[in-house]
Amino acid sequence: MAKVIIDTANHIAGYGAKAARVQVVPAYPITPQTTIVEKIAEFVEKGEMDAEYIRVESEHSAMVACIGAAAAGVRAFTATSAHGLALMHEALHWASGSRLPIVMAVVNRAMGPGWNIWPDFSDSLSQRDTGWIQFYCADNQEVFDTIIQAYKLCENEEVFLPAMVCLEGFILSHTYMPVKIPDQREIDDFLPPYNSGWILDVDRPYSHANLVSPDFYMEFRYMIQEAMESAKQLIPRIDKEYGERFGFEYGGLIEKYQCEDADLVLVTMGTMGSEAKITVDNLRRDGLKVGSARVRVYRPFPREEIQKLAEQVQMIATIDRHISFGMEGFLATEIQASLYNRGDLPLVAGFIAGLGGRDVTFKTIEKIAKKSLKWMREGGVEKITEWVDLKE
Amino acid sequence: MVTIKELPQEEYLLKGHAACAGCGPSIALRLLFKALGKNVILVVPACCTSIIQGPYPYTSIGVPLQNILFESTAAAASGIVAALQQKKLEGVTVVGWAGDGGTVDIGIQALSGAAERETDFIYICYDNEAYGNTGMQRSGATPYGAWTTTTPTGKRERKKNMPFIMAAHRIPYVATACPSYPIDFVNKLKKAKEIRGTKYIHILAPCPTGWRYTTEKTVELGKLAVQTGLWALYEIEYGKFKLNSPSDRLVDKAKRKPVKEYLALQGRFRNLTEEDIAKIQKWVDEDWERYRKLASNYLL
Amino acid sequence: MVAVHKSRKDMPLTPLSSPTLGSMGKTGYWRTFRPEVDYSKCTRCTLCWIYCPDAAIERREDDSPKIDYDYCKGCGICANECPVKAITMHREEE
Repeated sequence: MAKVIIDTANHIAGYGAKAARVQVVPAYPITPQTTIVEKIAEFVEKGEMDAEYIRVESEHSAMVACIGAAAAGVRAFTATSAHGLALMHEALHWASGSRLPIVMAVVNRAMGPGWNIWPDFSDSLSQRDTGWIQFYCADNQEVFDTIIQAYKLCENEEVFLPAMVCLEGFILSHTYMPVKIPDQREIDDFLPPYNSGWILDVDRPYSHANLVSPDFYMEFRYMIQEAMESAKQLIPRIDKEYGERFGFEYGGLIEKYQCEDADLVLVTMGTMGSEAKITVDNLRRDGLKVGSARVRVYRPFPREEIQKLAEQVQMIATIDRHISFGMEGFLATEIQASLYNRGDLPLVAGFIAGLGGRDVTFKTIEKIAKKSLKWMREGGVEKITEWVDLKE
Repeated sequence: MVTIKELPQEEYLLKGHAACAGCGPSIALRLLFKALGKNVILVVPACCTSIIQGPYPYTSIGVPLQNILFESTAAAASGIVAALQQKKLEGVTVVGWAGDGGTVDIGIQALSGAAERETDFIYICYDNEAYGNTGMQRSGATPYGAWTTTTPTGKRERKKNMPFIMAAHRIPYVATACPSYPIDFVNKLKKAKEIRGTKYIHILAPCPTGWRYTTEKTVELGKLAVQTGLWALYEIEYGKFKLNSPSDRLVDKAKRKPVKEYLALQGRFRNLTEEDIAKIQKWVDEDWERYRKLASNYLL
Repeated sequence: MVAVHKSRKDMPLTPLSSPTLGSMGKTGYWRTFRPEVDYSKCTRCTLCWIYCPDAAIERREDDSPKIDYDYCKGCGICANECPVKAITMHREEE
């Protein structure tokens, strides 16, 4: 029987791992992720979840143990944040290059120094090029649903890549919301047992990942790129199928809201997408044609969807909870890169907001929208990158 | 107790591999398979064995092998062991096979964690006393006085005592070995396979390329390391220390060859002064005083 | 070495390498000195077999060594360890 529970996104992520019948969980604490692995420890110790729980001595080992477990033929899950994710960096490359369908919850937190435990996307976006699929969630229900969807996607033979399910610290991680947990049999029906492209097997011995010369290396990289393209095709289909079965659907790669007739579209990720919807409603009441597009999947990047969106609008304003030092926010960069060479382009303005947990409410987004609309009417952006609410 | 002739003839380190001529670790790797057979999953970090396998799409290793990040052998093994337990797959031995740099330096954290968690696997450090694969740089296992490319006038510090560090984890089995004593090594592996928990075996594996001696002397140098007492063959089983043959006959200093006989054969020790050699001899003698005490019923 | 995987389609999704004799080719070419066995002296102790780093010595039915010159790298451990000096090293001709 499906049931509704009221809990934090972190605990819900634990429920997601349990519902996905994860078999090995290497775990290491870090704020604000910790309550995910605590919840799973509780499930395992109570016998509610049949999984091996490895209390590893670092996040680096957590990811490598996931690699070992997935290579030996079981479904692996872990969770981390910020510096823990940064410590995993080389292992992230190893996981994707090994084409292992590991799923990891990343509870987004700013990078130090100084120590800051509050949310921004600088941790996961710094891992952009590691070959991981990246989902960004806007509420607790989406956290649960995306973990299930992520395994379904990653274990598809056209993909065989790992995925991060990202959720912002505290805004989601420690915030209670009602979440519908579907019936386990129905989840099992949607998500069959673990499937991977290869396995460590004494009856079919291979050496995995030994020396690869320039003669072959590029082809292996190309295959990862192909898998990302396949993921881009599959994500909307899986999201739709999930929606038909369980009632929740997220627009595939991008969740669009009031974009059809919009002059200005606000492009965001994560919970800023939820706030942006409120902004849109408020501004629409004032007769302003504003829409919101929440990038739900950042890798593979929804280039074609952005291109389609650009054809309808006069202006795109990106809100990045992140800064690529020396350039701008990644959303701003990638959206402009997606549009270049296409002619008749909308204006694009990039806003940096909410770093290190500074609040980004619908009011903040309203300021961004109004400034963008002004620039739109004037026919040019005053600043390519605008830092929002920055002290003078 | 097996004899050499009784060891199986099947080879899982295949001919035409990429090791240097006279490679000590390769002898040990052959022996590993002779002791454990083919139901082994090998976990190998960056080390000489990454190269010994040969390049994709070929490998010289006849069992499943997971190459993994330098510092991560024991973490990968932990994941594999957990997966096998989850699948209730028995009869497969997970073996970490790492060099000294990957064990005593960059890999010590993951190894210490896996040991503390009582992970059911065998970890073998094949110690050629330097970062061999990168061209002989100093490691925590490089002995005092040895030339390496990063200690061109000789290392100033002593070798880390990794077996004792592992024994301090209270794991059920710690042993030292040397491929010059194949039966001793094979017996230790067979024993380790039957024990549940973390088993650690540290092999002194002479390396002609790095130690600067001619290739035919690999086995001879391993024997000299043992006969001089610089390398002692022992086991620490559930905390109980025991010297193994022939080290058990070397407690009396008169039975041990002078360390100079071992040092003089190697180019890496060419810069040692008589004073250095005397110092090394003194340290060896002190080590043996400790072995003597430990062997007479002192628990470690 | 044989050229393999002319097409990307023949490649696995990640580097999975198959156990192969001569992963580095016929390593006998590396050899400078060649071990020769004097079978009249050999005592069939098999020490040369167990100490060969290259697995290039096989045991014949009578336990005497059969050196595989295709792969023997000529390190000389077998000659050095032979207790009766039944194996001797000889410089390879140019």
